[in-house]
Amino acid sequence: MSVLIFIDHADGHIKKAAFEALTYGADLARQLGVQAGGLLLGTVSDDLAALGKYGITTVHQVNNEALNQLDAQVQAKLVAQAVGDATVLVFAHNQTGKAVAPRVSALLKAGLVTGAVALPDTSNGFVVKKSVFSGKAFANIAISSAVKIITLNPNSYSIKTAEGTAAVNQLSLTPDVPKVTVTAVNKVSGEVPLTEAEIVVSGGRGLKGPENWKLVEDLAHTLHAATACSRPVADSHWRPHHEHVGQTGIQIAPNLYIAIGISGAIQHLAGVNRSKVIVVINKDPEAPFFKAADYGIVGDAFEVVPQLTEAIKAIKK
Amino acid sequence: MKILVCVSKTPDTTSKIAFTNGNTKFDDAGVQWIINPYDEWYALVRAIELKEKDASITVHLVTVGGADAEPIIRKALALGGDEAFRVNTDNHDSFYIASQIAAIAKEGAYDLIFTGKETIDYNGSSIGGLVAGLLDLPYISLATKFELNGATATVNREIEGGEEVNSVSLPAVISCQKGVAEQRIPNMRGIMAARTKPLKVVEPAAADSLTSVASFELPPAKAGVKLVPADNVAELVRLLHEEAKVI
Ligand SMILES: Cc1cc2nc3c(=O)[nH]c(=O)nc-3n(C[C@H](O)[C@H](O)[C@H](O)COP(=O)(O)OP(=O)(O)OC[C@H]3O[C@@H](n4cnc5c(N)ncnc54)[C@H](O)[C@@H]3O)c2cc1C
Ligand SMILES: Nc1ncnc2c1ncn2[C@@H]1O[C@H](COP(=O)(O)O)[C@@H](O)[C@H]1O
Repeated sequence: MSVLIFIDHADGHIKKAAFEALTYGADLARQLGVQAGGLLLGTVSDDLAALGKYGITTVHQVNNEALNQLDAQVQAKLVAQAVGDATVLVFAHNQTGKAVAPRVSALLKAGLVTGAVALPDTSNGFVVKKSVFSGKAFANIAISSAVKIITLNPNSYSIKTAEGTAAVNQLSLTPDVPKVTVTAVNKVSGEVPLTEAEIVVSGGRGLKGPENWKLVEDLAHTLHAATACSRPVADSHWRPHHEHVGQTGIQIAPNLYIAIGISGAIQHLAGVNRSKVIVVINKDPEAPFFKAADYGIVGDAFEVVPQLTEAIKAIKK
Repeated sequence: MKILVCVSKTPDTTSKIAFTNGNTKFDDAGVQWIINPYDEWYALVRAIELKEKDASITVHLVTVGGADAEPIIRKALALGGDEAFRVNTDNHDSFYIASQIAAIAKEGAYDLIFTGKETIDYNGSSIGGLVAGLLDLPYISLATKFELNGATATVNREIEGGEEVNSVSLPAVISCQKGVAEQRIPNMRGIMAARTKPLKVVEPAAADSLTSVASFELPPAKAGVKLVPADNVAELVRLLHEEAKVI
């Protein structure tokens, strides 16, 4: 018996969500009294043996550059072949995990819980707490199959490190020929990806137009934060679609979410209410967002936000 | 060309979330049921658009659920699509639901299977991948754009901080989100036409359930907002730094 953690990577580096999954998987292995290993499909420039510091004893790698591009069908088959004596598989609940984990579940007939927010309760069976109703509630889901798969919500398990080195084990598995080919990648470089960001600064219709987004960007830049927006802002093409958060957009759970000129409609909250701390800046004291906020300023964003940016610069010095 | 669109029923986005039976059951008293927005606005509308461009395309709908899912599937048919299946079961396990969809898909030999990105109640984001895995078909998740070109499709999919353009050979399974299409409102003609479209009720195929809901819980209530005067942003920065320790 062991726990196997899928190590997601992009552009030669292991993703933060994978470090969270590694920490979670290693803690779960400790709880079950078994060992934890990692599985990396593809190549990275990071040191794999150093991943031992997250608490895993072995890193299995299929060292093949073709795997740096995702084809969920190809990757799921490799995971199923590499599973060994693992009875629990852990993925990040990110773009890769959402594509690969369900396929592995189908291949291994392994019960799947996606979007876990805490370690399973293994005192009586195997029960995983997951986020449901777009962050408005949690469900405790019992898995009854022999092999179990968990995808871990980003930003819900803190990364921990200790002393440790992992053995690196090369697997000689041959990937299938992919049926998906990647013809282009459009990444906004230099920005912090929204789903991985610890701080997110978000703007709504209260900012009046795209020309005023410098306000949001300056504050985000100062905080090393990602930028986001409400749905009407993306629908009016003031901002790109991939910044839209909420029920129908992206769901995020940063440590700090700063909402500027956003009313706080229930569908918007559904995407952000798992944030640890919420700050609302709105000129209307009756804006519903204040009910979901930890801190707030009732005021005009065009006056408050530049001052806030300056005040943060001052303490960062 | 045959397209299968997977449609599920969810509580309206403004529904109050509460539980009954010792927190083991969603309290649906007074809840308005809708078609899961990702299924309706993106997966279904894109399939209908493809059919409008090429009349040789047939669009079938499938929902796995009890008789209470019928108003939803009729509403989906009012938007478009030729006929619908309802697999008659109240089982909610993802593996079980995906097994039912896979059985229908296999039987109908579809070229394309569209799902929504996730249901807004269970937030599984897993049915599409499960169906693709069960049928051993390629799967592109979180699609933001979909174009057909003969036996292949060009699909944009979400990645961290951007998008990737994929080319995939059909048959394939695609999970759809914002960008794939624009929301439509059903018109009177569509609503009338939907009344006579075939809605076939089929009994579930034998399949296993691998998970079950043990209980639900609500997040702890927020302590209430701390308001800082607009002329004292330095105080907000101090609180975020010293009290909340997030900057
Ligand atoms: C099925 C469904 C799904 C939806 N999904 C989403 C979703 O995923 N994400 C989402 O965001 N929305 C979603 N919506 C829309 C949602 O209901 C709201 O309409 C939307 O969130 C409002 O956006 P907003 O807060 O930017 O704009 P508004 O509601 O117009 O609010 C603007 C706010 O700015 C404030 N303001 C104005 N001027 C200033 C100023 N100078 N300084 C400070 N504050 C100012 C105002 O007081 C107001 O509170 C959905 C709706 C439906 C029906
Ligand atoms: N009961 C169901 N019947 C038909 N399709 C479903 C059902 N449940 C989920 N789906 C489809 O699978 C998608 C993802 O659902 P989920 O994995 O549960 O988040 C949904 O957007 C639907 O397209």
